[in-house]
Amino acid sequence: MTAYILRRIIYAMPILLGVNILTFVLFFVVNSPDDMARMNLGMKRVTPAAVENWKHERGYDLPLLFNESATGTGRITETIFFQKSLKLFRFDFGSSDSGRDIGYDISQRMWPSLAIAVPVLLVGLLLNITFALLIAFFRATYIDFWGVVLCVILMSISGLFYIIGGQYLVSKLLHLVPISGYDTGLGSVKFLILPVIIGVIGGIGAGTRWYRTLFLEEINKDYVRTARAKGLSETVVLFRHVLKNAMIPILTGVVVVLPLLFMGSLITESFFGIPGLGSYTIDAINSQDFAIVRSMVFLGSVLYILGLLLTDISYTLVDPRVRLS
Amino acid sequence: MNDTLLQVKGLKTWLGEGENPVRAVDGVDFEIRRGETFALLGESGCGKSMTALSLMRLLPPSGRIIRGEAFLGETSLFDLAERDMRRERGGRMGMIFQEPMTSLNAVRTIADQIGESVRLHDPENRSDIRSRVIELLKAVGIPDPVRRLDEYPHQLSGGMKQRVMIAMALAGRPELLIADEPTTALDVTIQAQVLALLKDLQHQTGMAVLLITHDLGVVSNVADRVAVMYAGQLIEQATTERFISSPAHPYSQKLFQSLPNSGKRGGRLAVIKGSVPKLTQDFTQCRFVDRCDQSMDICSRSEPVWREHGAGGGVRCHLEDYPGIRIDQPARPDSSETEATRALEEPLIETRDLKIHFPIHKGVFKRVVGHVKAVDGVDISIAPGRTLALVGESGCGKTTVGKGILQLVHPTGGTVKFDGEELSRLKGSALRQLRSQMQIIFQDPVASMNPRMLVGDIIAEGMQAQRIGGTAAGRRGRVLELLAHVGLPADAADLYPNEFSGGQRQRICIARALAVEPRFIVCDEPTSALDVSVQAQILNLLMDLQQEHGISYLFITHNISVVSYLAHEVAVMYLGRIVERGTVEEVLGSPAHPYTQALLSAVPVIDGDSEHEVIRLEGDMPSPANPPTGCHFHPRCPQAFDECRKAYPDSAGLSDTRKVSCFNYRS
Amino acid sequence: MISQLVILWTDGLVFLLLLVVILFGIYASRKAHLRGPWRQVARSRVGMGTLVVLSFYLVVALLDSFHYHPILDKAGQEEGATATQSVEVISLFDGLVEGLRERQEKTYSAPLATRLYAKENIELPDGRVVRDFPRLAYGGAHLADPETEWLPDILKLSAVGIIKGLVVSLAVANLLIILLAMRSRRSFGAQGRAVLRGATEIPWKVAFLTLAFMLVLVFWSAELAAKYHLLGTDKVGEDVYYQALKSIRTGLLIGTLTTLVMLPAAILLGIMAGYFRGWVDDVIQYSYTTLNSIPGVLLIAAAILMLQIYMSNHEFDSLVERADLRLLILVIILGVTSWTGLCRLLRGETLKLREMDYVQAATAFGVSNLKIITRHILPNVLHIVLIAVILDFSGLVLAEAVLSYVNIGVDPTMNSWGNMINSARLEMAREPIVWWSLAAAMIFMFSLVLAANLFSDVVRDAFDPRLRGSR
Repeated sequence: MTAYILRRIIYAMPILLGVNILTFVLFFVVNSPDDMARMNLGMKRVTPAAVENWKHERGYDLPLLFNESATGTGRITETIFFQKSLKLFRFDFGSSDSGRDIGYDISQRMWPSLAIAVPVLLVGLLLNITFALLIAFFRATYIDFWGVVLCVILMSISGLFYIIGGQYLVSKLLHLVPISGYDTGLGSVKFLILPVIIGVIGGIGAGTRWYRTLFLEEINKDYVRTARAKGLSETVVLFRHVLKNAMIPILTGVVVVLPLLFMGSLITESFFGIPGLGSYTIDAINSQDFAIVRSMVFLGSVLYILGLLLTDISYTLVDPRVRLS
Repeated sequence: MNDTLLQVKGLKTWLGEGENPVRAVDGVDFEIRRGETFALLGESGCGKSMTALSLMRLLPPSGRIIRGEAFLGETSLFDLAERDMRRERGGRMGMIFQEPMTSLNAVRTIADQIGESVRLHDPENRSDIRSRVIELLKAVGIPDPVRRLDEYPHQLSGGMKQRVMIAMALAGRPELLIADEPTTALDVTIQAQVLALLKDLQHQTGMAVLLITHDLGVVSNVADRVAVMYAGQLIEQATTERFISSPAHPYSQKLFQSLPNSGKRGGRLAVIKGSVPKLTQDFTQCRFVDRCDQSMDICSRSEPVWREHGAGGGVRCHLEDYPGIRIDQPARPDSSETEATRALEEPLIETRDLKIHFPIHKGVFKRVVGHVKAVDGVDISIAPGRTLALVGESGCGKTTVGKGILQLVHPTGGTVKFDGEELSRLKGSALRQLRSQMQIIFQDPVASMNPRMLVGDIIAEGMQAQRIGGTAAGRRGRVLELLAHVGLPADAADLYPNEFSGGQRQRICIARALAVEPRFIVCDEPTSALDVSVQAQILNLLMDLQQEHGISYLFITHNISVVSYLAHEVAVMYLGRIVERGTVEEVLGSPAHPYTQALLSAVPVIDGDSEHEVIRLEGDMPSPANPPTGCHFHPRCPQAFDECRKAYPDSAGLSDTRKVSCFNYRS
Repeated sequence: MISQLVILWTDGLVFLLLLVVILFGIYASRKAHLRGPWRQVARSRVGMGTLVVLSFYLVVALLDSFHYHPILDKAGQEEGATATQSVEVISLFDGLVEGLRERQEKTYSAPLATRLYAKENIELPDGRVVRDFPRLAYGGAHLADPETEWLPDILKLSAVGIIKGLVVSLAVANLLIILLAMRSRRSFGAQGRAVLRGATEIPWKVAFLTLAFMLVLVFWSAELAAKYHLLGTDKVGEDVYYQALKSIRTGLLIGTLTTLVMLPAAILLGIMAGYFRGWVDDVIQYSYTTLNSIPGVLLIAAAILMLQIYMSNHEFDSLVERADLRLLILVIILGVTSWTGLCRLLRGETLKLREMDYVQAATAFGVSNLKIITRHILPNVLHIVLIAVILDFSGLVLAEAVLSYVNIGVDPTMNSWGNMINSARLEMAREPIVWWSLAAAMIFMFSLVLAANLFSDVVRDAFDPRLRGSR
């Protein structure tokens, strides 16, 4: 197992390197640091000195790949690629364009993100499975038909509407919870409850419909007929046989997104003013802070690959047919 | 009549909604007595499985029982509430299915799945389910049951899974076991094991078995009484002896005549013309009339009624009313050997030490950690115009040999010579040119044609690729010619494959192969997906083609009776190697290798009375990735001795044409 | 009126897409395996109903994709011989609804209002200044006394619009029934009764009812929008109804062009990876795993940020062209982030197909790899491509709104539902609340996405036999 995980981590390296090179090209080759500086300092009447100064402060004045003026290993290390891209492998994110320590910010901001994302995931999973099981139990009846119609309607509504509508109804009309904001400790609950509920509702349509398909796919298999031939009741068949088999794709589908929960939800966090990584990213995009966007791209890729690894491991845990080799 | 266990009266089951439902079961009556084995025999789509599922009330969502009654003892099954029906299911009535691979739940343990039945239907053992499960596993002959308890289905072989299925059905101590094609998916040696097991269990428990099958051999071996089903109805019912010695219905007679065997060598097999009528119609005539050789006026005017002919037997045929005009069965062709031994002629195909190994990759970097030795040193040779049958159980590598000869799989070692030319060294266009000389016909006629192409284009594909047949118009003419040759109408060229039945599709595949005028065809189980009556058509066609064009066949099959009918030579394969080869008479007449002996004895023979001795092989074929040391067969061999465990025996020549690899025979 | 046609990048792609769809239609009508499922779609009531709704959206989007420089009449007269063309670029659709585009108010006004939403100092004729809601420049300007005349006028206009809509739909329905009767060689009456009873193979009744509903809606809104601002005006006084209609093109383009852009790469690479395996497979798998591992939003954000830098350093002929370039880039980036799913699907399917006996048979005939791919693999994965394209559409429309909200969507000057929501949300805190921009965007988006979702369900059921049994 350990050897397997180690091998997988080594295997992930080329992918991360690819991500790194891609972002490097996107951020430093497509547009030069000079362009960035001018953009950041305002287009008109920027003196070359100001541009140089801006670049120097942020370490963008180094050569891209190879530093001829340095000596020894410095020829490689004293470059933008090494300083800004390769150092990410050590999770050394450096400082943002506005001078803050990105690593510290991330470690502070991931908790509020998790405080929303984890409950949304768990409650959503529970509700979706319950509804999907109900619909599957009443398959080919009106309950099934209208259940699916409702799901399609729910998933046709933009997520923005759920948020805006929810804020308007719950916070503005009924004054049940504050519209936005955040607090530490238990005080955060009143700020979190609405975003969590909205997150769950927003996912019900697509989730329930997807799980229903999984259940129905299982229900048509041979082993279900065997189970019925034993004289098991429909509920037992559904819970003990169908659910257990359908849980494999459901669980592994959940596991793959688990690490990405750290990244938070861009929209929800910014609407509710929650200081998580999602709103961090949005703020960085809006203030055109390239260092933060670059760090988040790398972090996202690492988490995605971690998700893939966890998925493979979870397969071996829930599916007896799969063994790690 | 308290002897009667199950009584079915007037059962009608329809599938599908709308104006034209499929009348899958259309008025079926029969009785099963306690302790007997009652076989429901019929070809695919005749409604036999639907009959069984109706009895269990496990029909698919589109199916429903329209009419009829079924009594299990005194209980009227169709009148029970669903809750009470559940007590019968898995209780007094158990059922096992055709596909043991998919019929078990992959994510629950064996103990779990059998225990579920015990808990439900066996209140006395509820306190100690585990030991009852072990007892059941022992009863179905699973070695080391305690270890198996916590294993999952994928860890068992096909035969073992079917045993687990049987154990599951036994848990409720059934009075009636419904076995729906229980051995169709299994190899013939495993089939023998499972059938013997069913017989044993029946003796011990006294349960009755409703055996659903398409295999006359299986029927003749295990059934006490037979009912033949055709197009949703029973057309004949009789004791097994009577059925085998004198089948009454023209359809039953034809079934026997269309079976290939050594006695029919050199002659043509009887075929049943046409195909089963569509079951979406209301019948006002005999359902078999269009295919019957003995039909009379009345047959197309009215539907025949059921005529009892004593001892619970009966038949549904107008001929019963006019016994005088029965046409005798056509005389069997004389089996005089016309073939001289021609094996000494220069071979068309010759392999020497052919090896095809598939590497097993492991880990992220795909290191090769071993090889599946699918083919491990095979020598065969086929003379022009001759047929070599390659026989063996599934997984022995016989299909890979065929593909390796055609260079569809690249051989790992050894040589393949076609007409003196070494194939494995040919590349690109040189190989492409030779491809018209060698063709292949596959097992599954559905999968072997692109469903998105017209039949005409499918047949023309090879000509196009080989740049033969001239212009498009020229090719078109050739396509029509070929269709006529395989007995299909010209307008077939403009239809899609899905508009044809399995047998017709297989003929299209043959036409496609013939289009490039090959001298050698690999026939990879070309009839095993087809019904018996259709199989006869295909075999006849293949024989005709060989006589007309002098084509050589490598006939890959597991069906011994087909081999005895058409092959000139036989090679028996076990775990990647050929263990015995020789002429048909030599190998089938007096098998030398213990594996050949066991294989042949396991084939069910259709001859009412003789109880022939079956050499039962224990266990399953080992994995070709990890073959046993010494002789590959020794762990299952009843005659194995010390030497067998140490080295693989060299092949010894028993005659000019015959070679055996066994320490019992030394050159 | 002769004016110079302007073909924007995205216009060109729209025409290309149209061409592709028409060619595919011709191809599909000749192949039974594609014709059959489409016939099944046409037989489904949901399929026909949603198709009618979708075609209304489509017509607007297409009209909105013919761009030209309008002629400035006045300027032309003054200078004499040559009519000068405006530097402004407008579309055929803009030309059709000129009134909506040009009648700009000062600021917010509620739907169908006659007065502004904010109080202003109004100088009365007698010189006094009062603080009140001023009358709108266009909305209800024909009314002398809005307080009493408003409701009767609205009712009158509505009635006229609805009657016009009904008359037109009846005419269309009759015309279609005549055509149908001619095709099936029945009398007009018999055909009409069959349609009404719902006894036709294709559910024409549902199609007609949906069509009538949509036509009534169109005429009713046209009648009202000519005199009022049907859905109010926004902060700078632009008609919201006009904005919502203009956003249709943006939404549809993002939903369709993205797939058009990514399709060649996904099909080519997916099939190549599955068919050739070995190192080709390794390289392709590596590249899509790498691309996939970057969270989509961040990749889009990074690309759009870079585009902004590029744009700030370059000059553009017009705002429309600038916005169009951004839309194009957005579509390409969305394509880059979304091709991987389809690619992986196709790779898996090709892996399965290449082991099929008919591919082996083709190899045994010495058929070349290229021919095997085009003849045996491609036609057998086409239904997967089709399902994926149609399923992706609604997701992309919804994604546009979210991206525009984060400012990494379409250009802020471009009309889109996302931009409408984005600008409206700032007004949620106003008292009383300004809700109409938001509501308009939501309704337009919802009906499009719902129709697309229902339609894609029907298409998937028709093309994917695996799921057919579970219904």
